[in-house]
Amino acid sequence: MNQPAIKTVTEDASDITVEDLTIDFSIGGGLFNREFLRAVSEVSFVLKSGEALAIVGESGSGKSTVARALCRLYQPSEGRISLDGQDVNSAEGVSSQRDYAQLVQMIFQDPFGSLNPVHTIRHHLRRPTKIHNPHLSADEVEERVIEIIERVGLSPARQTADKFPYELSGGQRQRVAIARALAVGAKFILADEPISMLDVSIRLGILNLMDDMKQDGIGFMYITHDIATARYFAERTAVMYVGHMVEWGNSDSVTQNPQHPYTQLLISAVPEAGRHKKKELMAKKGDIPMRSPDSIGCPFAARCLKATDRCHAEMPQTTQLADDHFVRCFLYQ
Amino acid sequence: MSTDTKPLLQVRDLSVDYVTDNGNARAVNQVTLDIRPGETVGLAGESGCGKSTLAFAIANLHAAPALISEGEILFEDRDVLKMSERELRDFRWAEASMVFQSAMNALNPVITIGDQIIDVILAHKTVTRDEAWKRGEELLETVGIHPSRMTSYAHQLSGGMRQRVVIAIALALRPKLIIMDEPTTALDVVVEREIMDELYALKEEYGFAILFISHDLSLMGEIADRIGVMYAGRLVELGTAQEVLDDAQHPYTKGLVASFPTIHGPKVRLEGIPGNPPNLLELGEGCHFADRCTLSTDLCKTTNPDLIRKGDKEIACHVVHSEEVAA
Repeated sequence: MNQPAIKTVTEDASDITVEDLTIDFSIGGGLFNREFLRAVSEVSFVLKSGEALAIVGESGSGKSTVARALCRLYQPSEGRISLDGQDVNSAEGVSSQRDYAQLVQMIFQDPFGSLNPVHTIRHHLRRPTKIHNPHLSADEVEERVIEIIERVGLSPARQTADKFPYELSGGQRQRVAIARALAVGAKFILADEPISMLDVSIRLGILNLMDDMKQDGIGFMYITHDIATARYFAERTAVMYVGHMVEWGNSDSVTQNPQHPYTQLLISAVPEAGRHKKKELMAKKGDIPMRSPDSIGCPFAARCLKATDRCHAEMPQTTQLADDHFVRCFLYQ
Repeated sequence: MSTDTKPLLQVRDLSVDYVTDNGNARAVNQVTLDIRPGETVGLAGESGCGKSTLAFAIANLHAAPALISEGEILFEDRDVLKMSERELRDFRWAEASMVFQSAMNALNPVITIGDQIIDVILAHKTVTRDEAWKRGEELLETVGIHPSRMTSYAHQLSGGMRQRVVIAIALALRPKLIIMDEPTTALDVVVEREIMDELYALKEEYGFAILFISHDLSLMGEIADRIGVMYAGRLVELGTAQEVLDDAQHPYTKGLVASFPTIHGPKVRLEGIPGNPPNLLELGEGCHFADRCTLSTDLCKTTNPDLIRKGDKEIACHVVHSEEVAA
């Protein structure tokens, strides 16, 4: 089977551009003085087809919120998300949620919660195939479903199609979730911690499957807290801290030559066999702060060992360190 | 580490079954393992490999439908499985304490942190409430939490702080052994690092032994003196941390080691392990890993290999054993 099994419906979709995306959540307060939490602040990146962008950060860094905004589940408070130049949240952008969802699909962390327990795998894949390809006959839909099951490595496909989710392991279920995105014909897949709940021995299988799918022109946003897998799977990596992108660029450059104090902290914290002894962490102890639209300064300033007064007063602008390596830190300005 | 020290804990041929309507699932199968005083032994493996079941058995915490079907667990020569309720009360926590994976669930949400710490002290020692409270404050300080937090409730603490509180409670009676079941799995990497560093310092100070259970081999390589790798209830490889990680012999251990992309060093395509972990209800006669193993022979499909010593390591694999004979 040399012919690409999964044809994307809109061949011209080539990138999703996010510019200065800011998302605020209302967290109470009164009628005239509503309080907001700033979950995402001035995030910009480009998601290209055939490539993976990893968003790395701890819990509360806003990485999942960014993914949801890209799915149009959240409206940006400020900034713009565009698909091939068209603002996805405006009237002249992609028309219906269905058309948009056909291009941009999400895979979630928990493969046990994301499949319906009372339906077979065939049902899970037939439905999106039919909805997004109304012109296909029943036989063609079936053929396509089988093709996709094989594509994600779940052969024998016909037997798998008849199974219910409980008959599959976590890794197999996650493959079904990926197959579902393929069935729709997604051009971009937003994978939110897709392997963190899987057994360690099968995590790589899923990462490698997604890696192969890049060859078919699918673009990935890979959300993770595990910077080592980000380097393994994604061409580009963006490190987020409390809603801000603090360092981004080529994955090797960011992981092998981290410049932002937070990225350095993150990488120094990764466990390493044979280290065996206490190593001083390169940060002050502290909890992850909560940001509001009125917060000023760099979010990492309170924990940063190199912070100056200026860091507490304003957020640094972007500095380009290399061809494809950017940082937001006053150390480099 | 000298091998002639008398073991603190000896697990001998332990098997644990879960009795289900569809038959018995053998979660731990004939496991033999020693832990010496002050030693850190890591148990690695995937979910369902029996590592947590083994940990529960050591504290004799199993209740139906789990059934300890054979074997013995000797803690300083006393069989934990034959202890009376009274003896168990004295043994648990005072001699061997546990830190569970989910600190969120391990703490009682409606009782203050302080009350939970002194509860342990009061249950085991004849001290006044005030003395216990004072000791509780000291314990919190030991794990890097301000003593004023004694009056806080669990929900007022971050995940990392809760896990520290759980460690403080585990330390309360200065046990000789602490069983840690995925103690940092639910935490962010920076918080995990803080807790691990804390743990190294505490271990140096108090000298307790640790049974450290985790699926994260890199973390285990950091803390453990020896590592045991479990697969489908069986211990398949056991040796010093360095030997197990740098010179893995069992095909499963090799696959597991090659399943972790590294942050440093060259970037290469890794293959992980094909297939899926087996269903414990459908285990065959042969080596449980045979279906996923690229080296398996006919012998592997019919006979389960014994754990045999090879050099400083113990390995349960026919292929490795036959190489040994050939050499």
